[in-house]
Amino acid sequence: MKSLLLIASFLLTAALYAGEGYKVGDKAASFKLKNTDGKMIGLSDFQDAKGFVVVFTCNNCPYAKAYQDRLIEIDKQFKTKGYPVIAVNPNDPAVEPADSYEAMVTRAREKGYTFPYLFDEKQEVNKHYGATKTPHVFVLQKTNNGELIVKYIGAIDDNYQDANAVKTPYLKNALESLLGGTDPQPSSTKAIGCSVKVKPSQS
Amino acid sequence: MKKLRIILAFFLLAVLMPIKSQDSIPVWRLETFEKYLNRQTDTLYVINFWATWCGPCRKELPEFEKIHQNYASQKVKVLLVSLDFPNQLEKTLIPFIRTHHISAPVVLLNEPDADRWIDKVDPAWTGSLPATLFYRGKNRHFLEKELTYADINQLIINQLAD
Repeated sequence: MKSLLLIASFLLTAALYAGEGYKVGDKAASFKLKNTDGKMIGLSDFQDAKGFVVVFTCNNCPYAKAYQDRLIEIDKQFKTKGYPVIAVNPNDPAVEPADSYEAMVTRAREKGYTFPYLFDEKQEVNKHYGATKTPHVFVLQKTNNGELIVKYIGAIDDNYQDANAVKTPYLKNALESLLGGTDPQPSSTKAIGCSVKVKPSQS
Repeated sequence: MKKLRIILAFFLLAVLMPIKSQDSIPVWRLETFEKYLNRQTDTLYVINFWATWCGPCRKELPEFEKIHQNYASQKVKVLLVSLDFPNQLEKTLIPFIRTHHISAPVVLLNEPDADRWIDKVDPAWTGSLPATLFYRGKNRHFLEKELTYADINQLIINQLAD
């Protein structure tokens, strides 16, 4: 009976926190979603990865667009070091037609994305992670027993307007820290972005 | 003669330019903006963060314009802080303000490292648009979502009664 109560209270706590999304230090859920090549891609497919750069992004948002090329560059630079970029579009195409799966396929082809660009059609992955905007980055690190721990949340760098004017590349710094065996500092940053377009029933 | 015409054309252009710039929008850096965020007066500031490319922002913008007009005689000041790209100022933002007959003051915040200033607006702000800060003196209220006229009006009434 006592354990039942414990389970009940645990579930209640879990439910209460479910809507808030992850904080740095939290254990992150793995996921499997449809890629723009039509295949289902999951974090578990990357056996050799040390972690992931999960970035919630989309086609239409000007801030997201500003970072498309930079994400390709980051993926090329860090994939070989064990941290591949996994892009996820969390938007409901019924609210934002420009973020449909078909439009994602076109964008991935046009830009020559070197990373998976996954469609979070049910918006369940985003519900766990708690991205509020695009782009919104979550860096995960794999532990020895295969768990995924959130190590960094936030911005890609400090200048969305001009990649050449960036002074602090927050995301790259965070990845370099992890590769060097230390936790990122700062572990979270903020940036402006387009709100995630949730299905009307959820808002 | 041809030379004279060219000179005349340049002269005309120079005379006409200032007329165009009357519809210009101030571009703020953090220093100016921060002062506006912390005025200790009995005026209620309603500061809306938006952009022309943001759908929900475009939807609620006319409501802020109505508030601006309806509270003109009271100590309520609406400020529309655009987060459009600075290179879109002339091409997109100014035409948008004209087309939508926005008379409430608009500024463009050109401060690309949002991590430096988002928390100064409100620590709870994650960075998505639209967002609105209501403040009078030390009394601050922040919302990171789309608002209706009734929402905004109620928040103003509440805060003026405080």
